[in-house]
Amino acid sequence: MSIFIDNDTKLIIQGITGRDGSFHAKQMIEYGTKVVAGVTPGKGGQTFEGTVPIFDTVFDAVQATGANTSVIYVPPMYAADAIMEAAAAGVKLIVCITEGVPVLDMTKVYPFVQEHGARLLGPNCPGLITPGQSKVGIIPGRICLPGNVGVVSRSGTLTYEIVNQLTRAGIGQSSCVGIGGDPINGTNFIDCLAAFEADPQTKAVAMMGEIGGTDEQEAAAFIKEHMKKPVVGFIAGQTAPPGRRMGHAGAIISGSAGTAAEKIEAFHAAGMGVAKRPVDFVDLIKARLT
Amino acid sequence: MNLHEYQAKELLRAAGVPIPAGDIATTPEQAESIAQRLGTAVMVKAQVHAGGRGKAGGVKFCKTPADAREKATAILGMTIKDLIVEKVLVTTAADIASEAYVGIIVDRATKKPVFMVSAAGGIDIEEVAATTPEKILYHPVDTRYGLLPFEAVRMGFFLYKDVKLARQAAKIMSQLYTAFMAAGCSLAEINPLVMTPNNELIAVDGKMVIDDNELDRLPAIAALRDESSEAPSEVDARNANLTFIKLDGNVGCVVNGAGLAMATMDLVKYYGGDPANFLDIGGSSNPEKVVNALRIITSDPNVKCILFNIFGGITRTDDVANGIVTATKANPLQVPIVIRLTGTNEEIAVKILQENGFSASNDMDAAVQRAVELATSGAAA
Repeated sequence: MSIFIDNDTKLIIQGITGRDGSFHAKQMIEYGTKVVAGVTPGKGGQTFEGTVPIFDTVFDAVQATGANTSVIYVPPMYAADAIMEAAAAGVKLIVCITEGVPVLDMTKVYPFVQEHGARLLGPNCPGLITPGQSKVGIIPGRICLPGNVGVVSRSGTLTYEIVNQLTRAGIGQSSCVGIGGDPINGTNFIDCLAAFEADPQTKAVAMMGEIGGTDEQEAAAFIKEHMKKPVVGFIAGQTAPPGRRMGHAGAIISGSAGTAAEKIEAFHAAGMGVAKRPVDFVDLIKARLT
Repeated sequence: MNLHEYQAKELLRAAGVPIPAGDIATTPEQAESIAQRLGTAVMVKAQVHAGGRGKAGGVKFCKTPADAREKATAILGMTIKDLIVEKVLVTTAADIASEAYVGIIVDRATKKPVFMVSAAGGIDIEEVAATTPEKILYHPVDTRYGLLPFEAVRMGFFLYKDVKLARQAAKIMSQLYTAFMAAGCSLAEINPLVMTPNNELIAVDGKMVIDDNELDRLPAIAALRDESSEAPSEVDARNANLTFIKLDGNVGCVVNGAGLAMATMDLVKYYGGDPANFLDIGGSSNPEKVVNALRIITSDPNVKCILFNIFGGITRTDDVANGIVTATKANPLQVPIVIRLTGTNEEIAVKILQENGFSASNDMDAAVQRAVELATSGAAA
């Protein structure tokens, strides 16, 4: 078991012929992900690397292949449309890797995706991986090891760092999910925590947050109320200088400065393990698995 | 990207929001002639990207043009939160019967722009939010439909009992929303929205923050960037597609990815050191970025040691190694460098570095400890 993706994942790559899309398409295929189609308008009928059929639209690709998941590598100004196209075509999991999507675009995309009953991961995220089964996005496959620790993170490379340290210590992962750091994203910590709590393979969860916003505090409250599995947390930016103020409105709406101290306090209050350094995850997780 | 008050007011005025007449001055003489032309008592207001301008003495009331000249002399060139005031806005002073607050911000929780309005506007609005939250109305907007007329009117009545005032306020809120969307804002604020003794509403101060991701498709907005109001090293970094924030320590950090960059800074602190900067070279593979990063970091005289921490995913570590070699050949380093890299093409990267006299480790903690040690002892390159 795992969360969100597994051996049954049938993947479409939107933007498969672009620079990033083609590079990562090869990596995903090499990892064993079932890449069933690519989409690039105007290149329908061609194939990618002689094996993956390319379609003009996501609708065509879904109809021909029965794909259930899509990953998006298109430029930022086209990302919103690409996400909505996937949702409208009936794709149930949409992973948007693209960085730099205007946040006002996301205010339209999010409700659209919801109304179509799909899940969006990202934008501006590294995607997710279920070690040994399927990888959707850009997380390097070779740093992962099948196992029973769920990983969820707002960062990219910091996640790799911690997953790598877990793997080196022989601690495998059920699934690793990068939710992305944008102000409006499709899937948040709580969505992933709930999925890990329900996943029989997952025995403990490692969670990496960052300064800013209140997502980690809300996640901590969820953990306290709804989770039996142990969770270890980390906050990046403990020594960052206070961010530049966003007028009065930022402080009014959140009633919080989103500091590391505030988030770590919330972790302690929820009875979570707190890693002071990335390397501390190894011992803290180990202690909770035995 | 932050806009100056005068820039935000221009955009609001273009959307129809009533704004007091005024103009921008860079010399006391200009300030005087603007005041002369306006023919009213004026406010002279420092244009810098900092809150608390009034408390710092950067906003003054002036009865006469001579007075405006004198106040402008004092304000131009003054420093507010490390920023030098180079421009002042000279604007008609409004007669104030009451002050309201109207703001819109993109809210993470509702995933929508949210209006916040309060009849208790002015500089203490955050205090109002903290102590008497019932005095603020929150209203999320579905951007697929925009701000609907009945929604604007409801907010208008929350501010004013009188129907004429409520309708005036509703109109201003629609205009503010239009400007917010058109300029790709993450925040837009009118504070205070002033009611004059003649029952007219006027936006006396305005603030806008633009989502940087919008700038590619909004060239007219992008052109409003005022580089003179930012730290030169940060401008340099942005033009090189790097994210850089200067800090006060002596360990210069070059990292790929914001989360790992912050975690690296935290680890520098954990081992008793002080980071000189936050620098994210981003995800793409490009030796040129590394060259620019080294140039920016070594231009800071406080830096006593340079620390690279690279986890290669999309970033190829051999590209980073090549960047280090190229940059240091052109400009030999004056301070020691500690290189930690692991991930994509690590073996090639280590070989390139070794052939050029550098050593590299793949352990983050060990590398950070070593960098802190070198920075503290003041070792030579």
